[in-house]
Amino acid sequence: MKQENSLLSFLNNNETRGVAFQIITFLIIAFVIYSGISNLMFNIEAREIHTGFAFLSNRAGFAINESMIAYTPEHSNLRVFYVGLINTLVVAFVGIIFATIIGLTIGIARLSNNWLISKLAGGYIELFRNIPILIQILFWYNIALVTLPSPKGSFNFFDSIFINKRGIYLPEPISEPGFIWVLIAFILGIGLTVFMKRHFNKKQDETGVYTHTFGYSVGLVLGLPIIVFFLMGSPMYFDYPSLKGFNFKGGRVFSPEFLALAFALSVYTATYIAEAIRSGIEAVNKGQKEAAAALGLTQTQSLKLVVLPQALRVAIPPTINQYLNLTKNSSLATAIGYPELMSAFGGTVLNQVGQAVEILGMTMLVYLAISLFISLLLNMVNKKMSIKGR
Amino acid sequence: MPTFELQEQRKAPISQVGIVRWLRDNLFSSWASIGLTLFSLYLLYLIFPPMLDWMIFSANFNFGTVDIFGLEIKFSEEMATNANCGREAACWPYIYEKFYMYIYGFYPRAESWRVDIVYALTAMLFVMVRVLRNFTHKNKAFLVMFIIFPFASFYLISGGVFGLEHIETHRWGGLMLTLVIASVGILFSFPIGILLALGRQSNLKVISLFSTIYIEFIRALPLITILFMASFVLPMFFSEGMNFDKLLRALIAITLFQAAYFAEVVRGGLQAIPTGQYEAADAIGLNYFQKNALIVLPQALKISIPNLVGSSISLFKDSVLVLIIGLMDILAMVNMTSNDPYWLGRETEGFIFVTIVMWVFLYSMSRYSKKLEIRFSTDHKN
Repeated sequence: MKQENSLLSFLNNNETRGVAFQIITFLIIAFVIYSGISNLMFNIEAREIHTGFAFLSNRAGFAINESMIAYTPEHSNLRVFYVGLINTLVVAFVGIIFATIIGLTIGIARLSNNWLISKLAGGYIELFRNIPILIQILFWYNIALVTLPSPKGSFNFFDSIFINKRGIYLPEPISEPGFIWVLIAFILGIGLTVFMKRHFNKKQDETGVYTHTFGYSVGLVLGLPIIVFFLMGSPMYFDYPSLKGFNFKGGRVFSPEFLALAFALSVYTATYIAEAIRSGIEAVNKGQKEAAAALGLTQTQSLKLVVLPQALRVAIPPTINQYLNLTKNSSLATAIGYPELMSAFGGTVLNQVGQAVEILGMTMLVYLAISLFISLLLNMVNKKMSIKGR
Repeated sequence: MPTFELQEQRKAPISQVGIVRWLRDNLFSSWASIGLTLFSLYLLYLIFPPMLDWMIFSANFNFGTVDIFGLEIKFSEEMATNANCGREAACWPYIYEKFYMYIYGFYPRAESWRVDIVYALTAMLFVMVRVLRNFTHKNKAFLVMFIIFPFASFYLISGGVFGLEHIETHRWGGLMLTLVIASVGILFSFPIGILLALGRQSNLKVISLFSTIYIEFIRALPLITILFMASFVLPMFFSEGMNFDKLLRALIAITLFQAAYFAEVVRGGLQAIPTGQYEAADAIGLNYFQKNALIVLPQALKISIPNLVGSSISLFKDSVLVLIIGLMDILAMVNMTSNDPYWLGRETEGFIFVTIVMWVFLYSMSRYSKKLEIRFSTDHKN
């Protein structure tokens, strides 16, 4: 009797049940994974698909029209992976920069006292935020292909920038050996500026005297490299594009695919960034501005020292999240064939090799790594920005 | 003794009242503001006149004779062709000719009334939700409706019962397919999302670990990689003989993808519930299931409704991605018809059409979510 009771209470014990549930869940998940993988193995064998990563060193055999690193069809599939990865990073980088600029502008315009400007900004947000990004990409791509002229009649800006159906041709800066000194001067300028800033901040802390440093900073960061540039005898020249036969030669070309993708991504993501910026600025209590004015801070000081630090604390985390979204959305290039990771490696190589598990696994790992990196960044920013209580 | 007469009140200066005051305050308050106003007016001038001209004033509306609900409306002698449509402006007869494909895909024309009924049912569902808002048994009524509606719609579209002709999924397409994907995705991912959220919040380490890994893993990936996974790798996870069709694979991918996002939204709601609620539920002796179903989830879900709608909006946006794995949703239809050799060079009209359709859906959904947000946020203010 007593034994039965203790058995019953053992069965009714919350902890025992918890352990039992966990074991059961674990077994179910393990079984699902096991049976899935064994089926996978069986199917792979039955369909005579190769396994392993040997395909990476095989000849790729297809051309990619846009690559930051040297690439020919003779290169390996691994090279395609790198080309795609770099293209993903390039388009994400360009997109992030433009999205931030547009987003900042629109976000601030949304709060403007000017009725027309604020309504226009609101209209922009409501319009582009409610159109799926894939439609935007396809839309701009098709518009570009339809409306842009052929190379012969391309739009010509100062004989150095050309826009036509094949893309946008920019002069490409080509550096000569001495250019490294200009870069060194630039880095030195930044270092000196930081050092100077610290010095004057310390001085302000000790004596209360504020020194304007803006002019010096510009001089150091921009002036110093420019002086070195001319001292070294201008060690850089531009390679201008020019019409040769039916097409342009020279310069750097960005294809319509790239332009449509980067444009759509920035325009779309900018709407979210604008909303983040707006909510950040609106989150700053009015009393803060009044207190800053009461302390005798100037308008600029109040903005720089009181309002912005608090606004950015609210605005930056969602903005960084949007950067991640932009990077993930760049995979939609598959629809228009810009050779980034998902399109070149996850699409074309997959079609040729057929090893879906390995190829999609590698692609997913890259996105996982990017997203992990961005969450780490986010955590760092959050830690730095969190209100330091005492 | 002098008498003082009350003089008539002077009118406020014209610059301080009415439209002039408003213009001065809102458009011309400073030099910078004047500049911005002029700049935006110029921008509007650049964008709108050419756009309206292209879309309406110079556009071609020669639809021929159109049959709308039995009424024969004559727009022109005959429908315009690509050749006589004009190159400078929009050619809407193109959309008119492709309209059926955009809305129904390759669904047989004789059976399209079935899809119409589903559209009507969907519209009725929204009306019913509003009408029944103050009905005593509204929760039960909603539950019944939301259970019956998907089945009724599925059997209407797919057929194969009650003497309806069976229509295979590869003939589904257009706006209908977009709506099917979005609604199935939302409907099935919602319960999975709740389970995942509860799992992540659970005290049981193994369960919370698995849920967390799943949620974070899915959220780190673009939907398209998961769609590719589903279309290339998923069939291989099952033993031979289990044949999936393409639509089902896409639906599984979208459901699994969306579940992770719903889970995070619901978790936000769960975290907002004070611990006292859990403890009170424990104290009156409710078990885990009762505690969550009767005490925690009703409150948590109510808080998360605006975010759930927001998340559903992004699912609806994402549903057009199925184009990439070869399903013929509305965007894919537009993309395909733009290659029609008879209507060469009319891509723009199609894309503008799909943009307007999707925008109307998404904009009204986002307005609705804003409204909900306001309604629910006032509930907590005293």
